[in-house]
Parts: sequence; structure tokens; C-alpha cells
Amino acid sequence: MSQHNDTDHISGRSTTGHEWDGIEELNTPLPRWWVLTFYATIIWAFGYWVVYPAWPLVSGYTAGVLHYTNRAAVTANLAQLETMRGEKMKALGTASLAEIENDPALLALARARGKTVFGDNCAPCHGSGAAGAKGYPNLNDDDWLWGGTLEQIMQTIQFGARSGHARAHEGQMLAFGKDGVLKSDEIVTVANYVRSLSGLSTRKGYDAAKGEKIFADNCVACHGDGGKGNQELGAANLTDKIWLYGSDEATLIETISNGRAGVMPAWEGRLDPSTIKAMAVYVHSLGGGK
Amino acid sequence: MTKNVTSKELMGGDDDLPLYAPQKKIYPQRVSGTFRRIKWGLMALCLGVYYLLPLLRWNRGLGAPDQAVLIDLPNERFYFFFIELWPQEVYYFTGLLILAAFTLFLMNALGGRTWCGYLCPQTVWTDLFYAVERWTEGDRRARIKADAGPLTAARLARRALKQAIWLIIAWWTGGAWVLYFSDAPTLVKDLATFQAPAIAYIWIGILTASTYLLAGHAREQVCLYMCPWPRIQAALTDEWALNVTYKYDRGEPRCSVKKGRAQRALGETAGDCVDCNQCVAVCPTGIDIRNGAQLGCIQCGLCIDACDNVMKRIGRPMRLIGYDNDINVQRRTSGKAEVFRPVRSRTVVYAALIAMVCAVMLHALLTRSLLDLNVLHDRNPVAVKLSAGAIRNGYTLRFLNKRGFDRVIAVDVDGPANAQIHIVGVDSVTPDRPMIVLARDATTELRVLVTASFDETMEKTQPVKFRITDIGLGEVASATDHFVTP
Repeated sequence: MSQHNDTDHISGRSTTGHEWDGIEELNTPLPRWWVLTFYATIIWAFGYWVVYPAWPLVSGYTAGVLHYTNRAAVTANLAQLETMRGEKMKALGTASLAEIENDPALLALARARGKTVFGDNCAPCHGSGAAGAKGYPNLNDDDWLWGGTLEQIMQTIQFGARSGHARAHEGQMLAFGKDGVLKSDEIVTVANYVRSLSGLSTRKGYDAAKGEKIFADNCVACHGDGGKGNQELGAANLTDKIWLYGSDEATLIETISNGRAGVMPAWEGRLDPSTIKAMAVYVHSLGGGK
Repeated sequence: MTKNVTSKELMGGDDDLPLYAPQKKIYPQRVSGTFRRIKWGLMALCLGVYYLLPLLRWNRGLGAPDQAVLIDLPNERFYFFFIELWPQEVYYFTGLLILAAFTLFLMNALGGRTWCGYLCPQTVWTDLFYAVERWTEGDRRARIKADAGPLTAARLARRALKQAIWLIIAWWTGGAWVLYFSDAPTLVKDLATFQAPAIAYIWIGILTASTYLLAGHAREQVCLYMCPWPRIQAALTDEWALNVTYKYDRGEPRCSVKKGRAQRALGETAGDCVDCNQCVAVCPTGIDIRNGAQLGCIQCGLCIDACDNVMKRIGRPMRLIGYDNDINVQRRTSGKAEVFRPVRSRTVVYAALIAMVCAVMLHALLTRSLLDLNVLHDRNPVAVKLSAGAIRNGYTLRFLNKRGFDRVIAVDVDGPANAQIHIVGVDSVTPDRPMIVLARDATTELRVLVTASFDETMEKTQPVKFRITDIGLGEVASATDHFVTP
């Protein structure tokens, strides 16, 4: 240790011997209360070791006398949240769908609940903003395969489509090519006819009369006269600007050749009734609801 | 290092002080005079405001709290007489903090650590606690003597009484604190009948403990070791600032009254300081002002009063210790007249800044809108194509009604040509101009859909403006966003 006998000539007190640009540091003793407080905090830390989980062991850790864990705290908080919600969700359970939508407080609750549940359960297919994707309907627009009233939306959520549930929506886009119903040139023709229904351009030399005939013979049964669709069967409206799988010729040929049968799962039993109600109101309030 | 080192050397050698030192107990003496009177006055004012303000009533009409100053945390409202602030307007507090900083700068440029000496809560409460100590245990000498002597029953009784009064004051301080956060008369009743929420008792406990410890026991230690202000304020002073100063040019060399008179009779110079130590005896931080400006001096002016009382008695001029600047010390030694310059560039700039912030805040307060609108565009999806080919954008509109009554407003949209507006959950009789009711003193959040027909020549994004109009009062607020096409 280097010895130093430095004193500050102004105050006559000893210094640490450290000096920066002529400024020296006084060696002032710490106040006793400060030192004692410091020691007290050290003792306090030992208390923590006893009370809370602290030391890792070979397999596990010291649990502490409180047996506190973050996970348990979160679980308890979530349980508390559920009981708190229970009261409010009860109100959703008893009100009708229309009543929920017309009561600002219930609507806000349903939308809040719907949004979180949507994110957990529906977003993987429909997207976090319900904007959909190829083969997965956009729930923001006003085009509905199975109907867009509150009740219809709720029914679709509850039982699904082609979900295997006894009350699910059933309806098939048949595979006209794979099953040999239509030849490939007929498929091309009818695909172009379908494009013409919503004012899209058609292939050169395509025979509209032939297309109309093929359509009348094979498609009208489900898609209706003029291709307006049929919500009973989930048959798409072929005259509007919204296409679930795409409106280009190649996609249409594929659709007609191989058919389509997207599945909407049934949520009954997976979500409780008032949550399903909240979901229906939420989806309806996205803006496309009828 | 192969040499054996003694523990003494490890501690730094012989000349070193111990690692820590106990608090030196100080016994400030009672003093009377100008600055003591100012301090009593300010103490009465500050404590009066602190303890009584929550009890003041202020009528705000039906359904609103009638407490003049109330921090309503559950409802997120701050009431101050005729002002009501929402959490969105937290910038008023920013303004107050800026104002406080500039005021502190100005105080320092004019009169040194005025804040520390007169207005700081630590100073005010410590002063009060010292007053209690003097009242129960006697003045400085009595206390020193008692501390040196044995612990008698009488002395124990006096100390117990002191501690009891301290605790009562501390408890009352904590009690006053919580009254700012809830309706005071109700809370007082609830506290007395043990019906109040636990959090109230907890905070009273915390504030009682902190007041008792800081004002009763830590005292000057707070200024010397805990508080950053002394360090900061050292940087805020300059050679023109009036600081509590011992005029050593007049006071030195120190000599007795008798010797001084003899010297002066012979026409020789003698210092006015008689080394009576009164300035040290009255000092609440226990320093000797005659050592010059120092961290421990809170510039409360009590030593000025003490010294003046002595000077009066020995017939010498007042203010041997007084508020003085560094310039005058040099001027007096060279025989020039004293100068004071409260108005100089530094103080003018500070004052101008204070005035400016005040003006901005006042303007903000006077033009504060009581109807407000915020808009948030849907981010996913940004735009929706409808089956007929039109484009729809979704927005979340937040309406702020800061008035004390419900009101009906109409919502208009100026955006792309023939834009249609629809508010989710609102069936309005006027579909082009939906009307909604805003609850009083609350925010309302609604989802609003704007639909416009689409053609390829449309701009990718266009401005859209939402306007809301109070049907009754004609107040208007608006917010702008964008209308996006896919």
C-alpha cells in the first residue's frame, strides 16, 4: 500500500491522495447512519433468501418459506380475472345478440372480449385483423358465404362448416374435372364465362353461349341463376368483386377441376356460450355484418 | 506484494480518519429577528396550506366532487379549484416542473439558497420539530447540560413528551397527505371509524414514519448527505448572487469587545467579530458561517439575526453577517461603495423564461377545449374491398366530453367524394350525419366505418377529416387521418 499524508491546505483535512486537474478529493468519513443502513440492507438480503426462492440447487432451487412463484401468482391473477369477468360475461349470456349490439356498454365488452378471443382462436386462419387470406374469408367485407346477420354468424361460429359437427353447414364445390363431369376445354370455357359474370376480361375466342350453357347445366343448381350464389349451401356469389380463392383463369380452372371444401371448425364446446356470442357480435361489428 | 501489511496500513495509514463518523448532535439555539420572523411566517403559510387545503370546498355542480384540490386516481381526474385536468393533459404538470426549475434558478441568482432556507419541506418540518424540542426540553444550554448529565425521571418525561408531540405532528402530516386523494370529510370519518381502505392507512403510516425520521432524527443529515439540491445549487450561484456571507473584511481580526474598543480609541483597526459563537449556536446545520460559503449552509439567515443581536448590544453596525455578494467583499477592501445588481442578464433571462412558460400555460388553460376528438386508423386490414367494388376504411374514434353534462353531437366526415359514414352500434335517424350522445366528463370510443366508391384513378391515400359538432352549444372539434385504397 502506498502511504500518503496528504492534507488539503484550505480545510486542513486529510485527502484520499487522488487528484484530477488540481482538484483533490477529501477523505470524509461516511455518516454512521449510512453505514448502518448499508449493513441493514445486507441483512435484509439474507431475509430474502429465507422468504423467497433464491439459490439454484443441482435439481431445483431453494423455494423459500413463502413458496412464492411467479407462475403461481399469474395463475392466481388469471383466476381472479375470470371471476371478475364472470359477472360481466353473465350479462352477455342473458342478452340477445341484437340487444348486445345496441347497448354501448355491452357492445364494448363484447368487442373487447371478442378481440382477444379472436386473436387466440381465429387469427391463425382469418388473420389478426380478420382480413382473411386465400381460402380463408375476409370477415371485414360484406360478402358472406353462409350469411352475415348476427344469428348466421353465430351459427357459423358455433357449428362450423364441413366441420363434422352434426349441425355444421354442409355444401361442396364439386370436382368437375377430377370426377370426369367436364372436359378440360369445357372447364376453360365455363371459367371464362364465370369471369364475365363479374365483368372481368375473357380469353380471346371464348364461346360465351357455350359457357352459359355449361354453367346452366352444371352450376346453376348451387350458384343460382346468373351465379348470385346461395347462402344455404355456402355457394359463392360469382358476380361480385370478392373472390375467396382468386378470380384469375388458372385459379378458376383449378377450382372447377378439383373442387373446394374449406373447413370452418365448430367452436361449440370449445368456447363457452357467452364468449361465442361476444365473438359473433365482434365479427358482425367489424363492419361487414348485415 | 510480499511485505506483510498491517490492517492500519490497509486502512490507508496513520493520518486517516475512521471509515465512518457518528452524527454530531447539534443544539440550535432560540433566536429572534427579521429572518426568524420571515421563517415563522413562511412556516405558518406552508403548513397551513398543506394541512388545510384538502378541507376547502369548491362547488362544481351536481355529481362532481366538491373538493377544491383533489387527485382522483380511480377516475383519473385532477381537480384544482376551477381547473379540472385529465390524464391526457399531463403536460400541464410538465409545465409546472419547468416553472419550478426556472424559479429555483432565479431564486439562486437573486438570493442564494432561498428554497433551502425558507421553503423546503425538510427545512419547514425540521424547524417545527426543533421548536417542539425547545419547548419540551429547553433551549440549547439546557439540552446540552441534560444530555451530559444523568437520565433523570424528569428528563425522561420531557423526552417522552417531545417524542409524543413529534409523532402526533408526523401522523397528522401523513393524514393530511391522504386527504388529497379522496373526499376529505368522508375519509376523515372513515379513518376514525376504521372503515377507510387499507391503502389510506398504509400511506399514513409511510408518511408518518418518513416525517418522524427525517424531521425528528435525520434533520441536517438530509441536507448534508441525501439531498442533491446543495450540489446543484452550488452551480447556480454567481458572484452577484446574494448569499449569506460573513463579511470577513469587517469582522477580522476577531477580538474581544474591550480590546476592540481600546484599539479603535487609538485609531487602529479592529475586527467587529467578537468570536461569541452565537452564529454557530443558532445554526440548524451546525456549521460556522465564518468559514465562508459551504455545502452545509442552507442560507436561512438565522445567524444574521443572532449576529445582529450581538452587534446591537455592543454598539457596532448591523449585518456583520448578511446577505451579500462576492463583488462587494473586494470592493469594500479597496474602499469602494457596495453595489447590488438584482437586474442583470442572468436574472432577466430567467424571469423572461418564467414569464414565457407562464404565458404558454395560461394560454393552454384558457383555450382548453372541452370537446375533443382522437382518431386511430385500423391497421389490419387498412382497407376493405366490398362486393360491389366500393372501398371501406375502419377507424376508432375517441370522443372526449370534458363538460359536466351529457351532450348530443353530430359526426361529419370530409373525405373522398361521396364518402358514407357509419358508426357501429349506432342507428341514427340521420344516416349521413350520425348523432351520438356523449356521457358527461368521460371518453367514448366508437368504431366508425367510412365507405367510398372506388375507381382506378383514385389517389392511393387521401386525407379524411372527422368533424364533431355539439348540437346544443355549437362547439366543434376535428381530427384528420387518411383514407386508404387497397
